Amino acid sequence: MSERNLTRKPGEVETTGHEWDGIEELNNPLPRWWLWTFYATILWALIYTILFPAWPLISGATPGVLGFSTRANVAAEIARFEAANAPMRDRLVAADLATIKDDPELLQFATSAGAAVFRTNCSQCHGSGAAGVQASGYPNLLDDDWIWGGAMEDIHTTITHGIRNTTDDQARYSQMPAFGVDGLLEPAQIDAVVQHVLAISGQEHDAALAAEGATVFAENCAACHTEAGTGDRALGAPNLTDAIWLYGGTAADLTYTVTNARFGVMPNWNTRLSEAEIRSVALYVHSLGGGE
Amino acid sequence: MAILEKHKAIETHATLLLVLSFLVVTIGGLVQIVPLFYLENTIENVEGMRPYTPLELAGRDIYLREGCYVCHSQMIRPMRDEVERYGHYSLAAESQYDHPFQWGSKRTGPDLARVGNRYSDDWHVDHLTNPQSVVPESVMPKYGYMADTLIDGHHIQDIMKTHRMVGVPYSDAMIENALADFKAQSDPNADTAGLEERYGTVNLRNFDAAPGISEMDALIAYLQVLGTMVDFSTYTPVASR
Repeated sequence: MSERNLTRKPGEVETTGHEWDGIEELNNPLPRWWLWTFYATILWALIYTILFPAWPLISGATPGVLGFSTRANVAAEIARFEAANAPMRDRLVAADLATIKDDPELLQFATSAGAAVFRTNCSQCHGSGAAGVQASGYPNLLDDDWIWGGAMEDIHTTITHGIRNTTDDQARYSQMPAFGVDGLLEPAQIDAVVQHVLAISGQEHDAALAAEGATVFAENCAACHTEAGTGDRALGAPNLTDAIWLYGGTAADLTYTVTNARFGVMPNWNTRLSEAEIRSVALYVHSLGGGE
Repeated sequence: MAILEKHKAIETHATLLLVLSFLVVTIGGLVQIVPLFYLENTIENVEGMRPYTPLELAGRDIYLREGCYVCHSQMIRPMRDEVERYGHYSLAAESQYDHPFQWGSKRTGPDLARVGNRYSDDWHVDHLTNPQSVVPESVMPKYGYMADTLIDGHHIQDIMKTHRMVGVPYSDAMIENALADFKAQSDPNADTAGLEERYGTVNLRNFDAAPGISEMDALIAYLQVLGTMVDFSTYTPVASR
């Protein structure tokens, strides 16, 4: 290493004075454009900390002269959309549930909004096409079979409060007894009543056992499912005479249901969705084909 | 220039250069990080937050073990689309008892910060056992074996002590009753007065509807409490953030 060599002839580049084995480190000046860009970025950094929240102080950070706030921004953004939708939303909320369908403009607004709400919140259980999950307890919303009622009012109540959840006092509630597990029926009686249910739903069955099961049915099941087995929507007791089954309609499925009972839960949506969203999605579901 | 001449002393002494570089980096780090520890407006106190119950904590450990965080974040960003899809944006306080936090910056599956009470327990069992049975388009793997793996809460007390060491306010009573609370939460016949007194609002039920405490119970207990502790109907955001 040698000392800095500042005594070169004009036109020769200054060296840093570092030299090893005759190889010298040159000290070319930085390109002007680069240097000025560098200074500009430093200046910009200073300006930025004045404009935006930056320097930590004792009780908080400097807010910045532009008053930038993530929370205020998202609140403003949401308010902007709320305001844009307000006229239609207010009309939707004020409308009578039964007659929304008669207003084509409102119907169009609500069904497109409802479709979006459905895809985001309902499709995970009821399927993206609303066909439910067969034999798993997630009802098909396309057919005419309704457990708790298929009128606008009924669908609206179901979505608002949910079914058998623990988070809403007004949730629809009913519970079928676990006839086998709780020892209310002997296994033989369960076999018989299953044959009876197969009979009234028009499936292959053992006629002798089914006749025996009819008595068991009348004594234990008719209170909710009615004597004919057509169900009672006020109690959420499904119609057993049609070919539509929430948990499967084979003898094995029915035996499991009678033995253990079912307890399908739907969350209440009044804490997550606005009244307008609930009405929209209720209308969407109502319009899928089965609405009454 | 004189200053460059003096700087040469640093350039030519490796140890001095190392020590001084470390000093500069330390100052930079302190200025950026330390204020966050005491600034009031980074630590927003929110009503309703409580430490996880022993069963939920066990479920959280399963969540970590299975790497759920690789596909699922737990942070709803303050953007309109996320707020509309998932609910109120996440608050820092909602992760205050998470060690480590589960924020994440990548989602293959949906955000889970507010998944609690969104689905029924049955749905969670069906979905964890075979996700495609309820969501045909899902790419999530199957976790059915959790229902068959019983857990006894053997280490739960130690785990809670560890969490207390890093700042989770588990009381002595909580630590002492860890195992009892662990067993009581998913047992419909248990006396849960103590558990509720210690923790407040707790989901009490047999989460997987099967006998015994399985990993499924613990994980669902954890999932069902996510994002449900803060009551947003009474929460007013401080606008200065």
